[in-house]
Amino acid sequence: MRPFDYLRAQDTAAAIAEAGKPETKFLAGGITLLDLMKLNVERPARVVDITRLSGLDTIEVSADVIRIGALAKMSKVADHAGVREAAPVLSESLWRAASAQLRNMASIGGNLMQRTRCTYFRDPGAYSNCNKRNPGSGCAAIEGINRNHAVLGTSDACIAIYPGDFAVSLVAFDADVLVRGTVARRIPIDEFYLLPGQTPHLEHPLSPGEMIVGIEIPRSAALKRSHYLKVRDRASYEFAAASAAVGIEMEADGRTIRDVRIAVGGVATKPWRLRAVEASLKGKTLDESTLRAAAAAAVEGAKSSGHNAFKIALVPKVVARALMTVGDIS
Amino acid sequence: MSAARQLSLEVNGKRHNLQLDIRTTLLDALREHADLPGTKKGCDQGQCGACTVHVDGERVLSCLTLAAQVEGRQVTTIEGLQTADGVMHAVQTAFIEHDAFQCGYCTPGQIMSAIACIREGHAGTDDDIREYMSGNICRCGAYPHIVAAVRDAASRLKTERAL
Repeated sequence: MRPFDYLRAQDTAAAIAEAGKPETKFLAGGITLLDLMKLNVERPARVVDITRLSGLDTIEVSADVIRIGALAKMSKVADHAGVREAAPVLSESLWRAASAQLRNMASIGGNLMQRTRCTYFRDPGAYSNCNKRNPGSGCAAIEGINRNHAVLGTSDACIAIYPGDFAVSLVAFDADVLVRGTVARRIPIDEFYLLPGQTPHLEHPLSPGEMIVGIEIPRSAALKRSHYLKVRDRASYEFAAASAAVGIEMEADGRTIRDVRIAVGGVATKPWRLRAVEASLKGKTLDESTLRAAAAAAVEGAKSSGHNAFKIALVPKVVARALMTVGDIS
Repeated sequence: MSAARQLSLEVNGKRHNLQLDIRTTLLDALREHADLPGTKKGCDQGQCGACTVHVDGERVLSCLTLAAQVEGRQVTTIEGLQTADGVMHAVQTAFIEHDAFQCGYCTPGQIMSAIACIREGHAGTDDDIREYMSGNICRCGAYPHIVAAVRDAASRLKTERAL
């Protein structure tokens, strides 16, 4: 691990001022940062520990929005009674991620910044070619073992998966990321994750010194009737082979879909919203055949790299099953 | 080398003043510098749970925690469970009675995790125990006995609290 200077920030303004300096990283839970520092993927010269900043770990559920501080722990948000009541998908996507220990450590802000689990990205000793690590050096995954690589949102420069769960539910329900730097601003979550294109080393529209201070999720009827389905190689403590964050709101007749939200994870280079599938379902009668027909379009434009072809078959089934669960269709 | 830094850690109620490279993880600080090798190093990448300790009463992974991060916090390791007169924790006793290990390397992490799992209220059913103990890998595959030990310890602790 490269030597670094360790600073403990006393307040948010000081943390932001420090983080604006070159080669500096914020340290919160440390799950991604320390792991990747050990692997020599992250090599900061300075680390700013923000875990003692006060006032950034609050969870508020008001009439219109859910507001979660960036330093709230995943476990606390997952267990929060108000969140579970107003937004089951947020709680479920959190407690189905990682392990109890990691959820006690990981902050919500750090969770958003979680980096890909691409084995080639994580192994600079064996693979110098990674466009995410060394722009222009090529991609070892495209011709390599790519069972756990993306089929949606890929480019010829990068097929690394965005691995998280929580952000998938945020993308489905139009959350905003609250950011503070020289000015305070909010970034719609869908724009917070960048497609790799020819610049896979650029993952977020954050400037040096900008800090995530929280997230805000607008409350809705679909959010209240929501669910996170995660399908994986083992029953727990595993990244998604494919996942779906869904929510539904019915018309007064109880049969017609008024509003529906769908995003998928574990299959794309960023949390992947399925707006076309949503549009095709609005106004339709809720039944299994309608859901399955609509879900077939979930993988439009998907591209297999070889070993990951199974994901293209899996996604429509996961989307349909998640919608059947929230729609109470057995 | 990063400059060594003087860090004061409180582990099992005892203060340790250590001169550490700032890169030192809590796991290495415990094992290599505080003479507390009970906490085990498995993967050192946050994937196996062998290094589980409690910080301010919550289970965390010491391999992905810098020693500097726990200054001013209370760290509890497997060495801190036994009472002063040598009585083992109920979870330790249950692990022995149920033969909940083979090689034993993951056991300190399993026990630290199990204590927290019970305290969190996630040991009500076998399914709950499997889900909330999933961060602790046992390569010997002693899982059925681990689940039995956690279930038994949970019910014993519940009875003790009720008395």
